[in-house]
Amino acid sequence: MTAIKRFLPGWLPTYAGLYIVFLYLPVIFLPIFSINIAATPKFPLSGATLQWYEDLPRTPALIDATWNSLMVGVSASILSTVLGILAARSITRYRYPGRRTINGLIMAPLVLPEVIVAISMLLVMLQLGLSLSLFTVVLGHVLVCIPYSMTVLTSGFEGFDRSLEEASADLGESAFGTFRRVTLPMVAPAIISSLLVCFTISLDEFIIAFFLTGTEATLPIYIWGQLRFAAKLPGVLALGTLLLLASFVLMTVAEILRRRAARRTQSEGGLYA
Amino acid sequence: MTAAAEGSRPLRMAGARRSPLLQSEAVQGFALISPTFVYALILLVLPILVVIAHSFWTQHYLTIDHTFTLENYRIALTEPIYRDLLWRSLYISLTVSLLTVVLAYPIAYFISFHGGRHKSLWLFLITIPFWTSYLLRVMSWKVILGYNGVLNSGLMGLGIISEPSDALLYNSTAVIITLTHAWATFAILPIFVSLEKVDRTLVEAATDLGDGPLRSFLRVTLPLSAPGVISAALIVMIPTVGDYVTPKLVGGKDGVMIANAIQAQFGKASNWPLGAALSVTTMVIVSLMAGTTVLIIRALQRLAR
Amino acid sequence: MLERVQSERTQGDRTMIDIRDVTRSYGSFKALDNASLAIHEGEFFSLLGPSGCGKTTLLRMIAGFDTPTSGSIAVDGQPMDGIPANRRPTNMVFQSYAIFPHLNVEQNVAYGLKRLRLDAGEEKRRVEEALAQVSLTGLGKRRATELSGGQRQRVALARALVMRPKVLLLDEPLSALDKKLREQMQVELRRLQQAVGITFVLVTHDQYEALAMSDRIAVMFGGRIAQVASPKEIYQRPVNRQVADFLGGMNFVKAEIVEENGASLVLDTLGFGRVKTDKPKAFVRNGGNATLGIRPERLRVLWDNATAKFEVAGKVVERHYFGEITHLIVEIPGLEKPLSVTETNDFGADDIPVGTSIRLAYDPEALVAMAD
Repeated sequence: MTAIKRFLPGWLPTYAGLYIVFLYLPVIFLPIFSINIAATPKFPLSGATLQWYEDLPRTPALIDATWNSLMVGVSASILSTVLGILAARSITRYRYPGRRTINGLIMAPLVLPEVIVAISMLLVMLQLGLSLSLFTVVLGHVLVCIPYSMTVLTSGFEGFDRSLEEASADLGESAFGTFRRVTLPMVAPAIISSLLVCFTISLDEFIIAFFLTGTEATLPIYIWGQLRFAAKLPGVLALGTLLLLASFVLMTVAEILRRRAARRTQSEGGLYA
Repeated sequence: MTAAAEGSRPLRMAGARRSPLLQSEAVQGFALISPTFVYALILLVLPILVVIAHSFWTQHYLTIDHTFTLENYRIALTEPIYRDLLWRSLYISLTVSLLTVVLAYPIAYFISFHGGRHKSLWLFLITIPFWTSYLLRVMSWKVILGYNGVLNSGLMGLGIISEPSDALLYNSTAVIITLTHAWATFAILPIFVSLEKVDRTLVEAATDLGDGPLRSFLRVTLPLSAPGVISAALIVMIPTVGDYVTPKLVGGKDGVMIANAIQAQFGKASNWPLGAALSVTTMVIVSLMAGTTVLIIRALQRLAR
Repeated sequence: MLERVQSERTQGDRTMIDIRDVTRSYGSFKALDNASLAIHEGEFFSLLGPSGCGKTTLLRMIAGFDTPTSGSIAVDGQPMDGIPANRRPTNMVFQSYAIFPHLNVEQNVAYGLKRLRLDAGEEKRRVEEALAQVSLTGLGKRRATELSGGQRQRVALARALVMRPKVLLLDEPLSALDKKLREQMQVELRRLQQAVGITFVLVTHDQYEALAMSDRIAVMFGGRIAQVASPKEIYQRPVNRQVADFLGGMNFVKAEIVEENGASLVLDTLGFGRVKTDKPKAFVRNGGNATLGIRPERLRVLWDNATAKFEVAGKVVERHYFGEITHLIVEIPGLEKPLSVTETNDFGADDIPVGTSIRLAYDPEALVAMAD
């Protein structure tokens, strides 16, 4: 390690610190200006207020959007996690021709421009005569959530020693009993983590919802609509801050659970691999 | 006692030995993945095929003429507005991917080689902003760069400028800054992963064989992390070329990108075939650009001997 | 439990596992090729061979994790065709131990008992008994992740033994342990097997492990069983060069068959002259030549003017020191390869200078004839 330690240019830690600031600074302005009295976000700050937050629950359109987002988020996270479980299990446990290609296809939405994914789905849904609604948004969100679900679940399943299930069968347990007593408890944290990750993505996702929804708005669509009005900005900042907070809490819990799952199955990686 | 109890059961169970076909790994694995696979086929592959088909058709007000034509591609490639938008989108995505990779590499290196016990904390710190809403992150740049925004008012407050500058927002530079910030994490992770795979003893071997720290970095670490650099570049380049939100919010007239034009064809302009042709063209060209980038990085990797 | 087994043991060589013409193919590759084997009740039986020889495949087929392509396996007289692993009277100790990481030691051991719905007191008693058998009393509440390698192995043993199987299968159970612990566990495993009297089937690639622990050994190569015999016979009377080689060092000398009859062979060799040996049971001559083998420790250095009835003379060309023994490489006129000789250092074999002419004594009993 000494040989490696030597190549630590003095600027590297400083640079790392600055980089973190660069990552966080823009995001920090949202909460700061959400409690600022002035309606335009500029310095110097004009004093703290919670008035913008108090206004939020008095906006019926916002309440509707919140409900819509919650419904879409819950449905999309459950559906994509179920599909993710099947795929991740298949990928980590079985070997068969075309496995990598199928995996690549399922992961593809991760690297395709969202607009193109969104308009392609829009075209097909219109061709199929589906009327655009929150349901079509869920369908779209599931497609983009599956890759993330797969990543989380694969890290939970990967290190899963196959002989654990064999040991269970060897000790007299049935296939279902093995699933209930060994497999499920081992991968439960990864599954919950996947649900949280997918929910967060769905909650924050804008493009696909924007193209695939009918008249109902999700929270990001509501925010998008409000952005046209300068006077509404403080309210949007307050709402944005709450969303940031929700994402932060959900992702922290998801990450803690994912690590617990990975430690259980003695594997590493996950979102980072 | 199980043994005795189980052993005395009637042992021949009807049809107990399942057919080897159903038992085979391949069939079980494929059956398990097929729901997800079919989902991706219906909502990803089929839609893309439909888009490709549309790009060869013609829109007549509310109906679509299904005769094969290359007219849409002619328009997409030769009409100055689309050509310019395409070039700008490619320029922006290339610049953004270059910037993110160059800015991200030292961080990934720092975390991988010097993160020590706090490695996972560093990674967590870096991933968190990525999980916040993309829309909100772009919005915060609007707040920062705006005429009455944070940067202008801050600089004025410090007495550096006397009146707000309108040069900050609504141009392609604003788009590049915003996108670079938004995709930073995406570039760090793949590079970090490939640096983690670099066997530390290789670096020690290089040092042992007389390379200084910089040389061993250039001759061993950097070339071995090339796969991470490649995937970082691709993972940023391909999605950003089709970004819609950022140009719309901070791009203004000079920052409009191809995705805005595509959206317009599916929205107000209502010319689906042209929108489809623009989408296909964008994907083909960005794939070519991505392929070239991969080749260039591989060539550079080979030069580092 | 003990009594029952002991009373049954007196029945002698009753077959516990009957393996008949078992083949397991993967496409054109045969992991196991027409193997037949009878493992007796109450014996410690080892499947020994290099990796890929089919020993693990065979073990997994006995456990029910793999299915023969053809042939049959019966345990205690019951055919196992179509019986899934969870209904077989066998239990297994996995190579990775497969300790459930989300359960503690006690819960791991009680895992299989839960299916039997014993009353709480009985279950607890059996868990305690199993933990005592493997010297883990008092560690029941430990989390699986807090155990050392040796302790994990004991938990795996207790978890299988508590089921009171007819056969305990052990898949390389000691390979993950360090040398010292491995040797200690060999003794303990053997002792445990004798105490519980259950048939143990051990898979290993370590010849010393197999020799030290087993009642009988099956040596396997390339999906085929090469020899089944007691450790002593396998070591002293290997059926062919491959088996001889796998079981430790052996000097091979080319020989010409002069005479062959029912029980013995007369061979002509360079170096050892004309030799009369027992004919191995499985000996099938292949042309006019055979191979004569002698283990390095069966050659003794003759000091000063000592003489022996059977001796060969040669010159020391290499000397390797191993602490309690010394390894000499001795060139014998007429032999195409020098002989390896292992000599204890009690009399100063470690001081013999390279280049010295020496004489080696041997016992003709130690010479083994092998088919070419």
